Amino acid sequence: MNIRHLFKRLFAHIDRPLAGLLALLLLASIATVFSASGTSMDKTISHLINIAIAVGAMIAVSHIPPQRLMQFVLPIYLLGIVLLLGVAVAGEVVNGARRWLHIGVTRIQPSELMRLAVPMMLAWYLHYKQEILGARHYVIAAVLLTIPVALILRQPDLGTSLLITASGFFVLFLGGLSWRIIAGGAALAGAALPFAWHMLHDYQRQRVLTMIDPTSDPLGAGYHIIQSTIAVGSGGMAGKGWLNGSQAHLDFLPERTTDFIFAVFSEEFGLIGNLLLLLLYGAIIYRGLALAAVAPSLFGRLLAGSLVLTFFTYAFVNMGMVSGILPVVGVPLPLVSYGGTSMVSVLIGFGIVMSAASHKKLVKT
Amino acid sequence: MATFLRMANPEEELRRYAFRIKVASGVVAVAFFLLFIRFIWLQLVEFDRYHALAESNRITLTPTPPARGIIYDRNGLVLAHNFAAYTLEITPNKAGRLNDTIDRLSSVVQLDAGDRKRFKKLLTESKNFETLPIKMRLSEEEVARFAVNSFRFPGVEVKARLFRQYPMGDAFSHVIGYIGRINQKDDERIKAGPQAANYRGTDHIGKLGVEESYEHLLHGLTGVAQVETDSGGRAVRVLSQTPPVAGSNVYLHLDAKLQDIATKVFGPYRGALVALDPRNGGVLALVSKPGFDPNLFVDGIDSANWKALNESLDKPLINRALRGIYPPGSTFKPFMALAGLEMGYRKPGDVISDPGYYSLPGSSHRYRDWKKEGHGIVDLKKSVTISCDTYYYRLANDMGIANLHRYLSQFGFGRKSGIDLDGEVGGLLPSPEWKQRRFKQPWYAGETVITGIGQGYMLATPLQLAVATMAVANNGTVYRPQLVSAWRDTLTGKITENVPTVMDKIQLNPEYLALVREAMIDVTRPGGTAAVAGAGTPYLFAGKTGTAQVVGIKQGERYDERRISARLRDNALFISFAPADDPKIVIAVMVENGGHGGSTAAPIARKVTDYWLLGKIPDALKEDAADADSENEDVPPADEHAGHAAQVARAAPAEKPRR
Repeated sequence: MNIRHLFKRLFAHIDRPLAGLLALLLLASIATVFSASGTSMDKTISHLINIAIAVGAMIAVSHIPPQRLMQFVLPIYLLGIVLLLGVAVAGEVVNGARRWLHIGVTRIQPSELMRLAVPMMLAWYLHYKQEILGARHYVIAAVLLTIPVALILRQPDLGTSLLITASGFFVLFLGGLSWRIIAGGAALAGAALPFAWHMLHDYQRQRVLTMIDPTSDPLGAGYHIIQSTIAVGSGGMAGKGWLNGSQAHLDFLPERTTDFIFAVFSEEFGLIGNLLLLLLYGAIIYRGLALAAVAPSLFGRLLAGSLVLTFFTYAFVNMGMVSGILPVVGVPLPLVSYGGTSMVSVLIGFGIVMSAASHKKLVKT
Repeated sequence: MATFLRMANPEEELRRYAFRIKVASGVVAVAFFLLFIRFIWLQLVEFDRYHALAESNRITLTPTPPARGIIYDRNGLVLAHNFAAYTLEITPNKAGRLNDTIDRLSSVVQLDAGDRKRFKKLLTESKNFETLPIKMRLSEEEVARFAVNSFRFPGVEVKARLFRQYPMGDAFSHVIGYIGRINQKDDERIKAGPQAANYRGTDHIGKLGVEESYEHLLHGLTGVAQVETDSGGRAVRVLSQTPPVAGSNVYLHLDAKLQDIATKVFGPYRGALVALDPRNGGVLALVSKPGFDPNLFVDGIDSANWKALNESLDKPLINRALRGIYPPGSTFKPFMALAGLEMGYRKPGDVISDPGYYSLPGSSHRYRDWKKEGHGIVDLKKSVTISCDTYYYRLANDMGIANLHRYLSQFGFGRKSGIDLDGEVGGLLPSPEWKQRRFKQPWYAGETVITGIGQGYMLATPLQLAVATMAVANNGTVYRPQLVSAWRDTLTGKITENVPTVMDKIQLNPEYLALVREAMIDVTRPGGTAAVAGAGTPYLFAGKTGTAQVVGIKQGERYDERRISARLRDNALFISFAPADDPKIVIAVMVENGGHGGSTAAPIARKVTDYWLLGKIPDALKEDAADADSENEDVPPADEHAGHAAQVARAAPAEKPRR
């Protein structure tokens, strides 16, 4: 077995077009992190290491057949629920929210695990019941979604619970949830909005208010939006050029390597850069959905489709927040922001998408 | 319900899936198109505006931290204030190689090892991107010398800053506390709270005492300055400004002079004293000896000083008044006496014959009185006056631990008093339930017996003793102990009174109360255990002595026979109120290893009471006091604030409400 053969086997389940698009996005990410960090080599190298780990994880996951993955879904989901209950009872309070759980030597944030576990669980459940699927099963699926979301909501972590709700909804939507229910749900959600407003924490309400009028809180949350909007707007048509963003480099922008990295990108590469970035994201999403559509098992189709749409949601919410049309929620720009956890979980997601599409269906049992 | 059902038809299912994917793709396309429209709006239509904002007018919003509120005693004497001085500050991420920069700096400004060490410590604790002081309080000459050389030091600048100062030093360290630099932990807490924006630009926060518990009032409101900067990020001019609002000035019930005298009359001893005004719960003095110099903490304490304080056998960092728990010993007896009367276990005329010991029925073990031969015939009043142990051994046993616990918890034993300082502990009023929980063991009758004289498991803080005494002095009404009497909003000038709160109203029979009070007055008269300390008072002085055995102290330090033996001597205690017919001051004194309550603790309470009621300064302190007064005049006046003079001038001590 020569090296070439080994490589071939290693990348056997990697989809080349998708991998190529992801690589382009990661290159843009490296360039932007380098600039946003003030050309810090330390930070850039640690970003490269994160990318390497995440790509390794993606390749590893692409080898796991969906059938094998399905065996782990229920245990992972139940473990996640237990950990979330653990957080509710004995979690550590950081920044006023109870999100972390100490287990022995380290501490973990179980809600991160649920980002993958919830869509997997719902896809598995619908797959498992596909022959007899009825209204009852959608209700049960909704309960499976509501339990972790409710637990995360009361930590409180509004951003994560909304995104997990979205990922679960995508599974149900792709799984054929009736349009009537979707329309009814949307109407209900609209009607519940005033009540939800009262349930929000003060700081969450503040964020929404700040989005509507950033100048009302120029030192607090409004500061982020004012500064990031200036950065985006001053980028103009062609941008100020790589490493030349004045907003970014004069310490005006907060969180500029993580949640607000898109402001740095926009300032330096302008409208043209933004258009290219949107096209790149669009191509990745398009290719991802195309792979999901050819997945042989229902589980694979539902999970892959949901993961790709969740990826879209992250990108949309982040860019919307930085350009001032959505409230500030702590969501990174997927595959561009600095940060290991998000990088690894997004690429694992794409590993699952590739695996779902490339593994042939086994004999149906 | 056909519409709910998805047919088990693979082709139908695939078609449906494909359609839904198309719908989703449509949503993605619309969403991205919306984003693109937004980008066009920002980057093409509004480009000129944002370009102008970013390029020609680089405007930064700079927070201007407020001046911290000033803390005054009840007579308007300054206990904590601010003064302006120049500091040399380094922005670590702009200064290049730090060690090199500091070495070169030392040729311009004198830097000693302590400065460097403190800077290192600050560096490890700091938030990112902030400037850190390398040298405080530069002289005019040093400022000039640095100004000439400043081009050699990018990232290093001279700043005018306000410094917190505690002119009264040691004696007030535990009450006033201190502020310190905001560390990682504080930072996380602030960011999570509603005050996050208000603390931008603030780098100190209250860490102890009033500075900590009244942080919300003392801090003030941070202002915002819109500053135009050049392309290098340097400030060119201030465009607009919302000025900061200085923190509220806080007025204490505390009397600085009384506090000072109370600290000094302890002499060489360690211990604590709490003096309360029984009419409103105001804390007149709150001493914990030894103290420390709070000024050491303000800009990061150096490790040598920290080590000395932290490892000292005298434990100067512990506020003994709030956190020191001691067996109350015989100071517990007046409360036991009230318990016996109120619950009907004793009548005022009941007598016992004291042979010098007490034995439980059917046991030969003797619980001994402090007086070996016994006190003879003892009634309730005499039992307090001469502090008869046998009387209370028996009373406790008659009453039983459950009744004892239930009745005496009314006086605040075993729970926090609710004083407006953080870190108070609740002491321990033992009960069988507690013992079962704590040790998984049943309660023994002998343990009830010794609880009767305030020994055994029984533990109380000096503050709790003072609060319980307030109940006796005040006909059963207990106020929440409060240090702060009022605060004055700097912006509106509005003075808010910290309204006294009644915590408890204990129902006491006036006849019994009068009896116990008379007994406590007799304690300081000839024949009583504090007769010497109470001799010749022109007012009625009610008190009770206590001498409590020291239960094994943990000594992690090296063995030193001389010191250890001194530290195993009895603790001396004294509680008092005066004038007994119209109480104006309640005192609890605890002298660690002081020996006898009557000879060590009672004289301290007497001197403090004498000063408070008669204005009499103890002879030994008279010269001292004169010195201290002249020192106070050298302290920089409170209104020397750079840029905040106007606000602070309005808050001059003269406007303090007299209470």
